[in-house]
Amino acid sequence: MSLLITDLHAAIDGTEILKGLNLEVPKGEVHAIMGPNGSGKSTLAKVLAGHEDYQVTSGSVSMDNQDLFAMEVDERSRAGFFLAFQYPAEIPGVSNANFLRAALQARMPKGEDLDAVEFYKEMRDKMGKLGMDQKFTGRAVNEGFSGGEKKRNEILQLMMLAPSYAVLDETDSGLDIDALKVVAEGVNTMRSPARGFLVITHYQRLLDYIVPDVVHVMADGKIVKTGGKDLALELEEKGYDWVKEELVTS
Amino acid sequence: MDKESQTVTAIAEEKDTVGDFTFPERNKFDAGYGLSEATVDYICDVKNDPDWVRDFRKKALRIFEEKPMPTHWATKDLETINFDKIRYYLSDGERPKRSWDEVPDDIKETFERLGIPEQERAFLAGVEAQFDSEAAYSNVKDAVSEQGVIFVNSAEGLKEHEEVFRPWFGKVIPSSDNKFSALNSAVFSGGSFIYVPPGVKVTHPLQAYFRINSENFGQFERTLIIVDEGAELTYMEGCTAPKFETATLHSAVVELVAMKDAKLQYITVQNWSSNVFNLVTKRGIAHENAEVRWIDCNIGSRLTMKYPGVVMKGKGARGEVVSIALANDGQHQDTGAKMIHAADNTTSNVVSKSISVGEGRSTYRGQVHIPKHLKGCVNNTECDALLINSKSKTDTYPAISVKGNKHATQHEASVSQVSEEQIFYMQQRGLSEAEAMSLSVNGFVNDLVREFPMEYSVELKRLIDLEMEGSVG
Repeated sequence: MSLLITDLHAAIDGTEILKGLNLEVPKGEVHAIMGPNGSGKSTLAKVLAGHEDYQVTSGSVSMDNQDLFAMEVDERSRAGFFLAFQYPAEIPGVSNANFLRAALQARMPKGEDLDAVEFYKEMRDKMGKLGMDQKFTGRAVNEGFSGGEKKRNEILQLMMLAPSYAVLDETDSGLDIDALKVVAEGVNTMRSPARGFLVITHYQRLLDYIVPDVVHVMADGKIVKTGGKDLALELEEKGYDWVKEELVTS
Repeated sequence: MDKESQTVTAIAEEKDTVGDFTFPERNKFDAGYGLSEATVDYICDVKNDPDWVRDFRKKALRIFEEKPMPTHWATKDLETINFDKIRYYLSDGERPKRSWDEVPDDIKETFERLGIPEQERAFLAGVEAQFDSEAAYSNVKDAVSEQGVIFVNSAEGLKEHEEVFRPWFGKVIPSSDNKFSALNSAVFSGGSFIYVPPGVKVTHPLQAYFRINSENFGQFERTLIIVDEGAELTYMEGCTAPKFETATLHSAVVELVAMKDAKLQYITVQNWSSNVFNLVTKRGIAHENAEVRWIDCNIGSRLTMKYPGVVMKGKGARGEVVSIALANDGQHQDTGAKMIHAADNTTSNVVSKSISVGEGRSTYRGQVHIPKHLKGCVNNTECDALLINSKSKTDTYPAISVKGNKHATQHEASVSQVSEEQIFYMQQRGLSEAEAMSLSVNGFVNDLVREFPMEYSVELKRLIDLEMEGSVG
């Protein structure tokens, strides 16, 4: 059981960004992808989620043996795929609670209704764990939220929707160290043998708190190096140029 | 099967075709097609109108015939209305019903199929619903009549309560106001007459349901509400029409009078089928320190032209229009507000939100008039338009005439579009494109929907969901 990406090529407006990417995230593991700006990290996240601006030109992704590309964006979500956005959208007038209810309701069998009392209890509980004020239940989704509040909200959604595979796209960007710890704690409570994580980050810092099982380095649309958690430290020390140089020389 | 589960089944089965059904007609009186003095006489005879009403109707008919279509500023689509192919009076000849038990079963079934929420049934004791041209159901809550409140249909109002009815009838909106107010004045039938005596605060909203049943049959209801000094009333009407193949004309006139210190709120939720011309004139007069509020939601219809107005006649009077319009393919919502300041220190507020879906078009027309000799008048106008597709259209025509410098006016307008990033985000959380769209639209109107009573906001949300289902794909 895994999220298996095979020889993935994808382009935007005719420009190829992903150039034959291979990656497997088994359930129960946390994998990190690190890489310089422009290496295609965020493109990978959006392609997996099914953003229509990107064209998959070849390759495949299977999620627990289901063909991810055969599913619509919302079907992928309901099948267990989650993306924590780098820049979460704002939805004016739609409260956090209503949005999450709608998302959970969409997962219910036809004709069955979500238990509202249970829902609110769970939501409040998880907000507490993330240090979110209870008034966020009634606030419009991400509207007027600070960068840190938006990221917490992404993790709240992750916790509520409990996906099989979660991709975190630069979740650490724009977070101060306290917020980073809270967000990381939230993710850590969600680590489970039934769930795989792919943590995309530019900096090693996040990986101090979400300790990965495997670290991949991405450059020019491909995974160029894979190692244990120490690889992140090595990258931090030597910088990405080291990987690039290694690439050129190899 | 018990009654409740029957209702649920009916709603479930009809979910996608709300309004798309009809029932056998039982019409005893029929004025036939076309409009002439004979038609007016026929209506007067059937309704046993007093002479003053007959005169009123005939004068209005002449005005209607003389007045040109307002196509110099409004849409040319009006020219497609063929007044010779409309039946101006149709009645089942039954007396207005006094209790729910007496309402014919097919009418009850219609209510059920329209999915009127269960909570509304609780209110039905105070409901008047127009079925074809006569009120099929009219039951004033005992408590309300004990307070001295008169709640009857307009035919009964003009006959039984002439002393209260006549001084205001046609005074807020003269027959000559526009071509369609003249038409209504000539052939009106149905509608409500309400009088609330001084100091009486009606705690439960009074309700009426209107619908159109007979093909090619225009509805011309006429409502007059007078709330006397220091009294308060909320009135609600909801309309849902079955679909027909040829255009149907609905042209109502609603006049409101709020005496000194009175408060009057008129709430409308409409969902016309997309062949209906909905050309309505609504206006209220607010006397000293009185308040008139229009809360208006227009969904559907081929063309809606409606600009609820408030004439602030007394010092310190307040007027407000809160409106939501949704135009889908082939629909044009031409709505707005008129705020006429006619005394010092009067305040008006207009909040309008429109949604254009597919090739739908929404137009906002606002008129604010503050003459030079007044002081301390305040107007706030906000109109926001949401476009769902690239073919959707919206336009805004504000006409603000403020003379003198002792006033404060503010006008804000915005046009926005549901962004692809928003939809993508919601889809990533598991909502279908239609659900995501629906949630966005509901979010856009959310702050206004809160102004509607609970059961209406539930219905509104359901209507928006239905409209959005067909908008994506």
